[in-house]
Amino acid sequence: MNKFNLMMATALAAGLVAGAAAAQEKVRIAFIDPLSGPFATTGTQGLAIYRHSVKELVNEPGALLDGNAEFEMVPFDNKISAKESLIQLQVAMDQGIRVIAQGASSGVANALTEAVAKHNRRNPDDPVIFLNHSAVDPALTNDKCQFWHFRFDANADIKMDALTDDIAANPDIKKVYVIGQDYSFGKAVAAAAQRFLQEKRPDIEIVGNELHPIGKVKDFTPYARKIVGSGADAVITGNWGGDMVGLGKAVMGAGFDKPIYTYYGATSGITAAFGEEGDGIVKLVGAGQVNPAPTLEAQEFIEAFYVSFPDLDFGQPQMANVAPMLAAAINEVGNATDIKAIAYALEGMEYDSIVTGKTLMRESDHQTIQTVTVQGQTPEAAFDYDNSGRGMVAETVVELASNDSATTCEMKRP
Amino acid sequence: MALFLVNVLDGFVTGLLLFMLCSGLTLIFSMMGVLNFAHASFYMLGAYFAYQISLVTGFWIGLLVAPLIVGLIGALIERYGLRRVHKYGHVPELIFTFGLALLIEETIQFFWGKSQLPFSEPAALDFAAFAIAGNAFPAYKVFMIAVAMGIFLTLLYILTKTRIGMTIQAALSYPETVQNLGHNVPLVFMCVFGVGTAMAGLAGVIAGPVLGVFPGMALQLGSIVFVTIVIGGLGSLWGALVASLIIGWLQTFATAYDVTAEQVLTAIGFTKPEMIWDHPLQDLWTLTLPQLGPILPYLLMVIVLVLRPQGLMGNRES
Repeated sequence: MNKFNLMMATALAAGLVAGAAAAQEKVRIAFIDPLSGPFATTGTQGLAIYRHSVKELVNEPGALLDGNAEFEMVPFDNKISAKESLIQLQVAMDQGIRVIAQGASSGVANALTEAVAKHNRRNPDDPVIFLNHSAVDPALTNDKCQFWHFRFDANADIKMDALTDDIAANPDIKKVYVIGQDYSFGKAVAAAAQRFLQEKRPDIEIVGNELHPIGKVKDFTPYARKIVGSGADAVITGNWGGDMVGLGKAVMGAGFDKPIYTYYGATSGITAAFGEEGDGIVKLVGAGQVNPAPTLEAQEFIEAFYVSFPDLDFGQPQMANVAPMLAAAINEVGNATDIKAIAYALEGMEYDSIVTGKTLMRESDHQTIQTVTVQGQTPEAAFDYDNSGRGMVAETVVELASNDSATTCEMKRP
Repeated sequence: MALFLVNVLDGFVTGLLLFMLCSGLTLIFSMMGVLNFAHASFYMLGAYFAYQISLVTGFWIGLLVAPLIVGLIGALIERYGLRRVHKYGHVPELIFTFGLALLIEETIQFFWGKSQLPFSEPAALDFAAFAIAGNAFPAYKVFMIAVAMGIFLTLLYILTKTRIGMTIQAALSYPETVQNLGHNVPLVFMCVFGVGTAMAGLAGVIAGPVLGVFPGMALQLGSIVFVTIVIGGLGSLWGALVASLIIGWLQTFATAYDVTAEQVLTAIGFTKPEMIWDHPLQDLWTLTLPQLGPILPYLLMVIVLVLRPQGLMGNRES
C-alpha cells in the first residue's frame, strides 16, 4: 500500500510540474472590430482568421519565445463606431493589454491611431502598439502616419496600382467607368484610378466618374444604364456591402459582360449573391491569394481553417501575417513587455509569408509591402466563398507591389 | 431617345414596386388612422420567407406561399396586438408598430444572419426580354410589371365594384354605423390589415431578387414609403399609384442624367468663379443631379404639403 501511495504522490508531483510548465505567459491581443450589427460578418471573419493563425502559426508550433509564451485573442465589439472603439481601447488598456488590432473601417482606424499616439506621448514608459490589419485609407501611412501604427494590408493606392496593371495589360480596355460611394474612401479610389490610368495608359478614356450616396441607393438600375450607355469596357468600384451587391447585380442585369474591378466584391454573401452571373466578370484586388494556394503550407493552413470554421471564409489572407510577424518581433526582443523595442523590431522586418509571399514592413511609413493579386470569380476555385461553390482565383500576381511608391510620412521616433 | 425609353421603363418598374408597398399601407392608414411603421418589415419578412421556401420548392411556390404566411402573421398581430393597444389611443399604437419593426429586424438577423442572401430570379425568367440599343431589359422586370398591374386592378375592382369592397370602404369612414347595420367591423379591420401586410410581403418576394435580401432592406425603403402615401394622399389607392410612379420616374431620371449645377447656373447667367476649389459656394457649383436625386421625393413632399396638404388625390381634410 505504501508503495502505491508513493507512486500516487510521485505521479501527482509530476502532474503539478507539468501543469506549471503549461501555465505559460499569455500575450494578449485586443481585437477591436464590429462583432454585432450590420458589419458583424466582417469582424467575425477577421477574428476567426486571427484565432486560426495564432493557433496554427504561433502557439502550436511553439513559435513565441521558444514556446514559453502564447498569444491569446481578446475580442472587443466596437459596433463599427469610432466612439465605441475608443471606449473599448480604454477597457483593453485597463486590462493590461498593450497590443491592439483593428481593421474594419478607416474612420475607426484614424480615431484609434490618434488615441494610441496620444496615450504613448503621455505614457512614454507604458506604450501601446496598434496593428492595423485591413483599414486601407492611404493617409494612415502618409500624412497621418505615426510610429506606433503598423498596416498589414495593402493600402488603397497600392491595390489600385496592381489593379491598373491588370487593366493596362489588356488592350481591349479603352474606356473605363469609375463609380463609388460618396465619402472619403470612394473619393480616394476615384482619384487613384484617374492618376494611375493616366500614368500607365493615357489612351484609356474615363467615360464616367461618379459618386453615389452611400447606403441609400435602393435600385442601381439607372446607374447601370449609364454605365452600359457609356460604352465602358471595364468598371472600377470601391463599393462594399449592400452597395457592392446592388451595383454588381444591376450592372450585370443590364447586360454588361465585361470586367468589374472591385476592392470588396467577394465573400460575406456577395459571391453567393452574384452566383453564376459574376463568373469571369467580377474581379477583386487584394493582398495575397487564396486560390491557388501559393504554398503547400498555405494549402494546409487554409484547409484547416475551413475545417475549424466551415461557415466563414478565409477572406483576408494578409490578416494571417499579423500574429507570426508580431511573434518574430517579440522573439527578436526576447520578451513581450518591451513594446517600444518590439515596435522597433517590427519596422523594417522581412518575413516570408505562406499567403502573401515575400513581405516587408516598410520602415519609412510602416506600410507592409507584399504580394498583391487581381483575382477573378470562377466556379473552379479550390477554396470557395459563402459555400457557393465559386471563389476567387489569382489572375495577375504582383510581388512586392508598390515597393518603391512614395510616401509623405515623416515618422517621429521615440 | 433609346436611353430615355429604357429609363421610362425602369422608372415604371421602380414606381410599381413602390406602389405594391404603399397600397397596403395607405389602406391600413385609413383604417387605423395611424401609420404602420412596421409595414416595410413585412416586406422584408416576405423576401426572407420566400427565400427559405424557395430553397425547398423553388421560386414559384415561395411566391404564392410567403405572402400568405406574412398576411396571416399580419392578421394575428392586428387581432392580438394592435386591437388591444387601439383603445389607448394613437400614440401607443404608433409605438407598438415601431417596436414591432425593430423586433422583426432583430428576429430576422437572429435566424438568417447579417449577410446578403443569394435569392435570385427563377431560371424561367432569367433572360433578357428585349434590348433597347444594347440595354437589356430583363424578363423578370416584365413579370414585375404584370404582377403589380394585376394587383392594382384586382384591388380597384374589389374596393369599388364588390359588396365586400363597399363594406370595407363604409367601415373605414363610418365604423359605428356599419357595426350597427350588422357587419363585423373588427373582422373587416383584421382582414384589411392581413391583406395589406400580405401585399407588402408579395412586394418583398418580387423585389428580393432585384434589390437584394439583407437585414437593412426594410430600413432602406421605410421612409420613402411614407413619403409616397403622403404625396398621394393618405388613404387613396389612386393617389398611391400616381405618387409611386412620380417618385419612380423622379429618382430614375435624376440618376440617369448628369446635369450639373454648373450647367444650370451658367445657363441662367452666372459665371463660375475661377478659383472654385477655394470658393465658399464650391459645393453648390459642383453639385450634380444624381447627387440630388435621393432628396427629390422629400422635396416634392414638402411642396405638396404646402400647396395641397391632403395630398394629390386625398379627399379628406382631417
